[in-house]
Amino acid sequence: MTALPTRKLEAWRYTELKSLAAISFAEPKPAKISAPLPDLGLPRIVFVNGSFNAALSNAPDFVGPFAKVLDDSALPLVQINAANAQDGITIDIPAGIDAGAIMLISYANAAEPIAFHPRHRIVLGTNATLTIIEVALGQGVYWHNPVTDITLQEGATLGHYRLQDESAEAFHLATIRADIAEKAAYESFSLVVGGKLSRAEFHTNLNGPNASTHLNAAQLLRGRQHADFTSVVGHKAPNCASRQTVKSVLFDHARGVFQGRIEVAQIAQKTDGYQMNQALLLSPHAEIDIKPELEIFADDVKCSHGATIGALDPEQIFYLRSRGIPEDQARAMLIRAFLTEALEPVTHEAARTFLEDAIETWWARK
Amino acid sequence: MAAVTETLETVDALAAQKYKYGFETNIAMDEFPKGLNENIVKLISAKKNEPEWLLAWRLKAYALWRSMEEPDWARIKHPPIDYENLYYYAAPSGPEPKSLDEVDPELIKMYDKLGIPLNERAALAGVDSPNVAVDAVFDSVSVATTFRETLSKAGVIFCPISEAVREHPDLVKEYLGSVVSIGDNYFSALNSAVFSDGSFVYIPKGVRCPMELSTYFRINARNTGQFERTLIIAAEGASVSYLEGCTAPMRDENQLHAAVVELVALDDAKIKYSTVQNWYPGDAEGKGGIYNFVTKRGNCKGKNSKISWTQVETGSAITWKYPSCILKGDNSVGEFYSVALTHNYQQADTGTKMIHIGKNTTSTIISKGISAGHSNNTYRGLVKILPGASGARNFTQCDSLLIGDQCGAHTVPYIESRNMSAKVEHEATTSKIAEDQLFYCRSRGLSEEDAVGLIVNGFCKDVLKELPMEFAVEAQKLLAVSLEGSVG
Amino acid sequence: MLDINNLTAKIGDKEILRGVNLTVPDGEIHAIMGPNGAGKSTLSYVLSGREGYEVTGGSATYNGQDLLAMEPEQRAAAGVFLAFQYPVELPGVGNANFIRTALNSIRRARGEAELDAVAFLKLARAAIKNLSMPDDMLKRNVNVGFSGGEKKRNEVLQMALLNPGLAILDETDSGLDIDALKIVADGVNALRSPTFSALVITHYQRLLDHIVPDYVHVLAAGRIVRSGGPELALELEAHGYAGLEAA
Repeated sequence: MTALPTRKLEAWRYTELKSLAAISFAEPKPAKISAPLPDLGLPRIVFVNGSFNAALSNAPDFVGPFAKVLDDSALPLVQINAANAQDGITIDIPAGIDAGAIMLISYANAAEPIAFHPRHRIVLGTNATLTIIEVALGQGVYWHNPVTDITLQEGATLGHYRLQDESAEAFHLATIRADIAEKAAYESFSLVVGGKLSRAEFHTNLNGPNASTHLNAAQLLRGRQHADFTSVVGHKAPNCASRQTVKSVLFDHARGVFQGRIEVAQIAQKTDGYQMNQALLLSPHAEIDIKPELEIFADDVKCSHGATIGALDPEQIFYLRSRGIPEDQARAMLIRAFLTEALEPVTHEAARTFLEDAIETWWARK
Repeated sequence: MAAVTETLETVDALAAQKYKYGFETNIAMDEFPKGLNENIVKLISAKKNEPEWLLAWRLKAYALWRSMEEPDWARIKHPPIDYENLYYYAAPSGPEPKSLDEVDPELIKMYDKLGIPLNERAALAGVDSPNVAVDAVFDSVSVATTFRETLSKAGVIFCPISEAVREHPDLVKEYLGSVVSIGDNYFSALNSAVFSDGSFVYIPKGVRCPMELSTYFRINARNTGQFERTLIIAAEGASVSYLEGCTAPMRDENQLHAAVVELVALDDAKIKYSTVQNWYPGDAEGKGGIYNFVTKRGNCKGKNSKISWTQVETGSAITWKYPSCILKGDNSVGEFYSVALTHNYQQADTGTKMIHIGKNTTSTIISKGISAGHSNNTYRGLVKILPGASGARNFTQCDSLLIGDQCGAHTVPYIESRNMSAKVEHEATTSKIAEDQLFYCRSRGLSEEDAVGLIVNGFCKDVLKELPMEFAVEAQKLLAVSLEGSVG
Repeated sequence: MLDINNLTAKIGDKEILRGVNLTVPDGEIHAIMGPNGAGKSTLSYVLSGREGYEVTGGSATYNGQDLLAMEPEQRAAAGVFLAFQYPVELPGVGNANFIRTALNSIRRARGEAELDAVAFLKLARAAIKNLSMPDDMLKRNVNVGFSGGEKKRNEVLQMALLNPGLAILDETDSGLDIDALKIVADGVNALRSPTFSALVITHYQRLLDHIVPDYVHVLAAGRIVRSGGPELALELEAHGYAGLEAA
C-alpha cells in the first residue's frame, strides 16, 4: 500500500497522520444502523461501512453501480483509494436534464477499527443540473477515505453540499476532483463538525471560458479536533471565476487548517479569483494555520485573498447585551452571522435548512 | 591574480548601457585558490588574525554546511552552483589601509563613480551630498570606513567586522550568530564558515546615532563569492538608521552573494535598516547576474524595541531573502516594507517572517511585487503568533502588479496563530496597470514608459516613503530604469 | 427613577468620574453637557455596564435596583437603553432578527410572552412608519453600510421598539444633519410619558432645541459643577465651558 503522506510534503505541512498510521484497520463488516439517518424526503443513497445498502436506499435511475477506474494520480490518498476502493456510485445525468436533488449518506458503525475507500463518479451532461447533499456520520474508530470525481460539461451546474459529522474518533480524508467546462458551475459548501482528524481536499479545474466555482466551507471544532481544508483551483481558460470563503470556529484545543491555491495559467485572462479565510479563536489553546496562495501567469486578472484571525469582537458583544440579549446568545448570534457568507452557495432551500439545523445542533451540543 | 584587462573605453561603453554600475575596476588583487575546504577556512581566519574561538566557530559552520543540502522550496530555478569553482576570498593586495589616505586611489575613483563619497571633505562640502558615514566593502574586505571619528565621539562603534573581532571581541562573541545561528540554513552555514568582512555597529545605551550609517557592497573580482557579515547592536534606548547599497560588474557568469545580517535591539532601542539592492541582474536574455541568497534577521530582544526593514530589490538574477523579526520583547514592533521588481529573466523569492513571542507585539508587512518581461516574482512570508503573545497584532498587505503576459506573480503567505487575543489581518491583491490609467497619463503628454514609471512609483509609494529621503529618490529612479523596455 | 450617588470610576489608572451626584425622577428629561474629556461618555458606559471601566466608589440605582451589580443585558431588561455614540456594525446579523431577539430576551427576562415573527414585524413596521424611516431598515444587516444618520435612526428605532423606562442618549446628535436630528428628537419626544425618563448627553445646545430638557447639568472634570433649567444650555452656548472646569 502507498505510504501515508508525511508533514515533509508541503501539502501536508499542517496535518500529521501519525495517529492514523498507528492504527491497524480490519476489513469492514456489515453493521446495524443505531442512529436515525437524515431524511429530507429526497431520493437517498446510503452506504453502510463503505458498502452500498440497497434496503435503505431509493436511488433514482441515473445512479449506477461502482465502476473500478484506473487512476494515475500523484496524490497519496487517491492512490490508496484506487488500490482499495470496493464500492461507490456512478451518476450520469444526460444533457439538458434537471435531475433535482439527492442525498448521499455514508454511515459507519465500527466495533473494531475499519477503513473504507469509496470511489464516486459524477458526470453532468451539457446544461444538466443536480444537487447532492452528502452526509458522513457514524460511530467508533474508522477511516473514511472517499474520492469523488466530478465532470461538468458545458453549462452544467452541480450543487454539492457536504456535512461531515463523523464520529469523534473517526478519520475523514476526502478528495474531490472537479473538471468544469465552459459556462458550467460547481457550487460547493462543506460543513465540518465531526471527526477526530479530517481533511477535505479539492482539485478544481476551470477548463472552459466562463466556468465558475464556489469552494466554501465552515469548520466548527471542539475538543482536540483537527480539520484541514485544502484546495487547488486551476484557472485554465479566460473569464472564469472562483470564490472561496472558509470560516473556522475553534474552541478548546481544536486546530483548523486552510490551504488554498489559485493557479492562473497564461491563457486565463480576465480571471476573477477570490479567497477569504476567517478564523475565530475562542479558547487560549485553539490554533489556526492558513496558507492562501496565488500563482499567477496572466496579467489581466483580478485575484485577491484575505485572512483575518481573532476572537469575537467585545464591542459587538456589548452592543447586543446592552439591548438585553444574554451573553451566550449574543455569542451564538455573532458566530452564526460569521458563518453566513460561507453558506452563500447553498441555494437549495431544504439543503440550507438542513445545514443550518446542523449548525444549531452543533452549538447545542456543548 | 585576477587580471582585469578591460580598457577604459570598454568601461565607458558598459557604463552607458542600462545597468550603469556594470564596469570593472582594474586593481591588483589577492585571491585564495578556488574551492572550499578546511584549509581555505583556516586561511581566511589566519589572514584576519582571528582568535582561536572564531576559527573553531568557522570550522563548526563548515562541517555543518558540508552536511546540509541546498534548500529547494523557493520558487527559483538555476543550474547547480559549483561551490568548488568559486573563489572564497578576494581583496586588493598590499597591507590593509590604516586611513583613507592609504586607500588605493583607483578604489576611491570607483566609489566616486558609483556616487559613494569616501572622501569625507567632499561628502561634507557637497551641497546635496547626504551626511552619511560609509563602510565600503569591496569583494571580500572592507576598504574604507568614513566619519569614524565623528561617530566615536558619540560613542558609536562603526567599523569593519574583522576589526571589531580584534577591538571589541566581547561584543562580537556575545552577539555573532545569536540571531542567525550557524546552522540556521545552508547559506548561513556557508557564510559563517567563510565570511570575510562586513560592517559592525554598536550604538551604546541611550545614544541616538548622529548620522545615517551605510555600507556599500561591491563585487568586482571574477568567479568570486561575496560573503559579508553585518552585525548591528542597539543597546537600551539607542537608535540608528542604516543603509545598504549593492552593485556589481556585468559579467556572463553568475556570481554568488550569500550574506548574513543580524540585528539586535535591546529595551527601547530602534533599528531601521534600508536596502537598495541593485546587483547586476543579468542581461535581457537572462545571462549572468548575481545569485543573491541572503539571510537577514533582527531580534527585538528588549521590551518596546523596534526593528524596521525596508528593501527595494531591483537587481540580481535571483533574489532569495526574507528579512525577519523575532518579536521577543513585550510591546516590540517589527516592520517589513518591500518593493521587489523583476524584469527580463530575473527571479525573486522574497518576503519576511514575523515571529510574535512577547505580549502586545505588533508587526506590519507591506510588500509590493512588480513582474515584467519573463520574470517570476514571489512573496513568501510567515506570520507566527505563539501562545504567549497575548494582544499581538499583525497587518499584512501584499500586492502584485504584472506588466505583460509572460511573467509570473506569486504569493505564498503562511499564517499561524495560537493565541486567541491576537489579531491578524492579511490582504493580497494581484492586478495589472489599468488601460485607463495609462491612457489618462498619456493624454496628458507622458510617454508610455514614463506613465508606467509613474504608476509603478505610485504602486510602491507606501514602501518608498519609508526610505530615508536621498535613498527614496535613488530608488524611484532605479524602478523606472529597471522597467525600461517592459512596455510597448 | 435614576439615582446616582457620589459615583467614581476610572479607566486603567486614569480617574474619569470623580464623584457624580444626579437624580432623574420618572417622567423627566435631563441633559448633561460638558467639554470634551469631562467624562460624559464614561458616565453613559458605566451606567450601561461596558467592560474596561472600573467603578471605584459610589452607587447608581434604577428604580431601587443596583445597576452596577447587573450584567449589561440585565440592565436592558430592567429598562435602561443606551443609544450609542458610535453604533456597532454587526455583519451577517439581520436588523429585524437582532431587534426581535433583543425584545424577546427582555420579555423573557420580565416573564412576558415572546413575540413570534409575524407579531414582531407588525410592531416593527408600525414603528418604522411612525418614525418616517425607510422599510428596508429591517432587512439590512445591523448598521452595516449605514450612513452616520442612518445608524442614529436605527438606534432610535430600537429604542422605540424596546420601549425603555430610561434612555441614555450618548452624543446622539454628533454628525447629524438637521433632518436626522429632528427624527431622533421626535423619537425621544414620542416616548415622553410619566414612566419614561432620559439622560441626554450632548456637547452642543442645538439638540436641546428639539428635546427640551427639564434640567441641564454641566459635567466637568468628572463632577457635576452646575445644574439649572433649559436656560443654562443657552448660557453655555453663548459663553462656552471656559472657567467651569476649575469649579
